[in-house]
Amino acid sequence: MEKILEVKDLQLSFHTFAGEVQAIRGVNFDLLKGETLAIVGESGSGKSVTTKAIMRLLPESSSEFKSGEILFNGKDLTKLSDKEMQKIRGKDISMIFQDPMTSLNPTMTIGRQITEPLLKHQKVGKTQAKKVAIDLLRMVGMPKPELRIKQYPHQFSGGQRQRIVIAIALACNPQILIADEPTTALDVTIQAQILELMKDLQKKIDTSIIFITHDLGVVANVADRVAVMYGGRIVEMGTVDEIFYNPQHPYTWGLLSSMPSLDTAEEKLYAIPGTPPDLLDPPKGDAFALRSEYALAIDLEQAPPVFKVSDTHFAATWLLHPDAPEVDPPLSIIERMKKFPGSRYYEGVAR
Amino acid sequence: MTQNLDKLPTESFKRITIDSSQAEKISKPSLSFWQDAWLRIRKNKAAIVSMVLLVLIIVMAFLGPVLSPHDAEKQTITHANLPPKVQGIEKLGFMDGVGVVGGKEMDLYERKKVDEYYWFGTDGLGRDMFSRLWEGTQISLFIAFVAAFIDLVVGVIYGGISGYYGGRVDDAMQRVVEILIGIPNLIVVILMILVMKPGITAIIIAITLTGWIGMSRIVRGQILKFKNQEFVLASRTLGASNNRIIAKHLIPNILGVIIINTMFTIPGAIFFEAFLSFIGLGLQPPAASLGTLINDGFRLLEFQPYILLYPSLVLSLLMVAFNLLGDGLRDAFDPKMKD
Amino acid sequence: MAKYIVKRVFYMFITLFLIATATFFLMKTLPGSPISSASKLNPQQLAVVEAKYGLDQPLPVQYGKYMLNLVQGDLGNSYQFKGADVTDLIISRLGPSFILGAQGLILGVAIGIILGMIAALKQNTIWDYGSTFIAIIGISIPSFVFATFLQYWLAIKWELLPVALWDDGWKSSIMPSIALAMGPLATAARFIRTEMIEVLSSDYITLAKSKGASSFEVAFKHAFRNALIPLVTVLGPLAAGLLTGSLVIENIFAIPGIGEQFVKAIMVSDFSVIMGTTLFFSVFLIFVILVVDILYGIIDPRIRLSGGNS
Repeated sequence: MEKILEVKDLQLSFHTFAGEVQAIRGVNFDLLKGETLAIVGESGSGKSVTTKAIMRLLPESSSEFKSGEILFNGKDLTKLSDKEMQKIRGKDISMIFQDPMTSLNPTMTIGRQITEPLLKHQKVGKTQAKKVAIDLLRMVGMPKPELRIKQYPHQFSGGQRQRIVIAIALACNPQILIADEPTTALDVTIQAQILELMKDLQKKIDTSIIFITHDLGVVANVADRVAVMYGGRIVEMGTVDEIFYNPQHPYTWGLLSSMPSLDTAEEKLYAIPGTPPDLLDPPKGDAFALRSEYALAIDLEQAPPVFKVSDTHFAATWLLHPDAPEVDPPLSIIERMKKFPGSRYYEGVAR
Repeated sequence: MTQNLDKLPTESFKRITIDSSQAEKISKPSLSFWQDAWLRIRKNKAAIVSMVLLVLIIVMAFLGPVLSPHDAEKQTITHANLPPKVQGIEKLGFMDGVGVVGGKEMDLYERKKVDEYYWFGTDGLGRDMFSRLWEGTQISLFIAFVAAFIDLVVGVIYGGISGYYGGRVDDAMQRVVEILIGIPNLIVVILMILVMKPGITAIIIAITLTGWIGMSRIVRGQILKFKNQEFVLASRTLGASNNRIIAKHLIPNILGVIIINTMFTIPGAIFFEAFLSFIGLGLQPPAASLGTLINDGFRLLEFQPYILLYPSLVLSLLMVAFNLLGDGLRDAFDPKMKD
Repeated sequence: MAKYIVKRVFYMFITLFLIATATFFLMKTLPGSPISSASKLNPQQLAVVEAKYGLDQPLPVQYGKYMLNLVQGDLGNSYQFKGADVTDLIISRLGPSFILGAQGLILGVAIGIILGMIAALKQNTIWDYGSTFIAIIGISIPSFVFATFLQYWLAIKWELLPVALWDDGWKSSIMPSIALAMGPLATAARFIRTEMIEVLSSDYITLAKSKGASSFEVAFKHAFRNALIPLVTVLGPLAAGLLTGSLVIENIFAIPGIGEQFVKAIMVSDFSVIMGTTLFFSVFLIFVILVVDILYGIIDPRIRLSGGNS
C-alpha cells in the first residue's frame, strides 16, 4: 500500500528552564493510505509531541528539531516555511484534541469555527461554506444543525463539542487525521459513540488516522497497526494482532498485563513498577530497563537496536538478540501468545 | 530498520535483577520551594537589578544624612537657593553650582560667597537638599513598610479566618468586605486624613484602613483553594490538627502569594504618601518626605528644577524597583509557570 | 442576571449610605468650626451664621436634614463661596474633568492595548522588553511627577504647549490628558500582554492553528477578542485611578475641574464642598464598577447566555 507519511529518525528537544528535554529520541514510522495507526504509551512517552511535531504546532521558541525528517507525500514538513505549512494544516492534515471543553473558541459561534477552514482552503463563498458546515454537523450526528450553527461552544455538551471538533477537522477531507486522545476526557458511553463515529467517517472519506491513546481497549477497537512508545522512542510496532497476541518488548508486556480484562482470571491487576524516565537526563541504554524484570546487563549500557520479528512487526529490545537468554513473559502474555500462529507458545487453537 | 548487530560479549546478555526502588530514582536533584524560587529570580535580571537598587536606596536613606556635612534641619538663609555642586564633577560642566538669575547664567556659589559644597543644592531656606532628600526617603520608606506590614497582618488574619473556617463565619466576614470594597480607597484616605491630625500616624492609618482588604481577599481565595485539595484532606484523614494543617500545609502554599502581594502594597503605600503630601494632606513642615519634597519642588519648578528632580528621581526609582521586583517574584513563585 | 444586578444595586445603596453617614459624622468631629476659622467673628455673629447653616441644631437633627436633602440631590451650601449650592458647584466643574478623564482613558487604553499586543505577539524580543519597560514606567512613576516633568519640558523649556489653565482650547488638554493616560496605558498594556499570552497557549488557539490559520488570523480573529473581553474588569480600578490622578493633575495644570475645586476646599476646610464632592466621587466610582460588571456579563457570550454571575 501507498505510504502517505514517513517519519524518519525524528529527534526533537525542548529547551526549558531546567535544561534540554529530549522529548523524541529517534522515532521511525510510516503511515499507509487509509489505515489507522495507533500510538500508545504513558504520559510523557512522546506520543503527543510526535504528532504535534508533524503538524508543526510546537512552540518554535522552545522546541527544536535535532534531526530526522517528516515526509508527507515526499515533502519534508520540517523544512517547510510557515506559509507552506499553513496550507497543509486543516486541508491535508488536521487534528482532533483531547479536551473538547477547551478546544473550541468560547467567543466565536461554532458556525464560524467550522467554516473557517473551508473559507481558508477551498474556494467557496460564505453561503456555500455555511451549507457545507450544516452538512458536516449533520454528518457527525448533530441534531438540528441549522439552528445550532449560530450557537456558542458553551451551549454544547462535551460529546457534542467533540463532534464539532471532528466536523472542523474533516471539513476539507484531509488525507491524514491526527486524533490526540480524542476520547480520554469523555464519559465511557460518549467515548464509544465518538469512536463509532470516527470509524464510520473513516470508511466514508478514506482518510488515514493517527490515533494517540493510552487506552489499549480503544486501540483494539480502532487500529490497524500499533506503535508502542516509551521514553521518546517507539519500542515496538506491528499490526494489532501482533502487538496484542505476540508482543516482544517487556514494556508492551507490562502494558498488556496492566489492562483489565474480563477473560483473565487473575484477581490482582498488574502494575508496572516505577515511573517513566526523566527525559531531561535520559538513561543510557534501554529506557525501560530500570523498571523491567527482564533487564539484561547490556540494557544499562547500550540502547537496543530494532529487531525484525516479521515483515510488519518490529521491536527494540535486547531480548530478541540471538545471544540473549530465552525468557518467559508473564503468564497472561503467554496465554495471549498461545492464540497467535507464529509465536513460540502457539498451540494451534483457532482464535 | 536494519539489524546491524556487532559482536557483543556474551556476559552482556546476563539477566540482571533491577531493584525496583531504583526505578524511582530521580536523576535531577530536588529543590526546595525557596531554592527553586531563588533559581528563577536569579535569572530575572530586572529583578536582581531592582533588588540591588533597593538595597542601595535604603542604605543611602540611612547613610546619606550622615555623609553630608550639612544638617537637614539647619537653615542658613545666606545659602538659600543654591544649585547642586559636587567636588570633582563640577569640572564636567554640570553640578557645578551654575544657576540662572534674571535670565543670566552665573556661578551662584561665587556670587553668594559660599565655599561649601551642597551636592543636591539648597532650598529657599538654605537647607541642604541632600540630607533632606535622604531623610525624606527614610520617612517615606518607614510609612510604606509599616503600612504594608499592617496590611499583611490584618489581611492574612482576616482572610485566613474567613477562608479556613468558612460557613457562617465566612459569610458574615465577606458581607463586611463586600461593603468595604465598594468604598473607594481614595475617599477613605482623604476623609481619615481630614479628621486626624496630619502626620505619619494619620497617613499610615488612612492607608491601612482599607488597604488590608486586597490581601485578605487573596489569602481567603488561596485558603479556599488549598483547604479542600487532596493533600490537605489526606493530612486531615491522618489526624492532623488544625494548627498543623495551617502551619505545614496552608501557609507554605500561600506564602508566595502573600510575599508577591506585599511587594505590590509597598509601592502602593509609597505612592499614597507622596500623593497625600502633594495635595497638602501629608506631613507638615518641617518634616520631609519624598511627597512633601516633590510638592516643594513643584512650586519652584520654573526656577530651581533640581529641587524637584532628585526626590522625583528617588521616588520613581523606588516605585520602579518595587514593581519590577514584585513582577520577578510573581514569575518566580507562580507555579503555573513551572515547566 | 437580573437577580445578580438587583443584588449588586442593593449593595451599592448600602455602601453609599455608609459613606454618606461616615462622611457626615467625620466632618462633625473635625476640630473647630469652618466658620470660626475662616473669619474673625464675635460670638453673636458666629451664632447668627451658625443658625443660618443649621449648625446650632442637635446632631441627629442635622444628620436627618442632611440625609433628606441628599436623597433629593441637594448637597448643601458652600461655606466658602457665600452659600453657593454645592450641587451646582460640582456640576459647573464637570466639563473639564470629564473631557480630561475621557481623553486620558481612551488614549491610555488604546495605546496600552497596542503595546500589550505587540509585547505578547513578539514575546521575549526587543519589542516585548520595550513595551514592558514603558508599562513599568507608567505603573511606577506617579502621574504628578510625570505631569510636572511634562510641564517643565514641553511648556516651560520648549514652550510648545500652554503651561496651564483651560483657556487655550484643546491644546490646554493635551498635557493633562497625557499625564492621566499613563496609568491606564500601563495597566492595559500589562493586562493585555498577560491575557494574550495565556489565550495564545490555550487549546482553541492550537485548534485554530491546526485549521491552517495564519499567525495574523490566530492573533486577531481568535485570540484578541478573548483577551480583550476581560479588560473590561479593570475599567473600574482604572476609573478610580483616573480620579486620584485628576486631583493632582488638575492642580498642576490649574484646570477648573472638580479635582482642583476639591483640593482647594480641603485647603480652606469648606466641609460641605468636601462632603459633597466625596459623595459625588463615591457614587461615580461605585456606579462605574456596577456598570462594568454588568457590561462584562453582556459582552462575554459565556456569561451572557448562561445567565450565570461572575
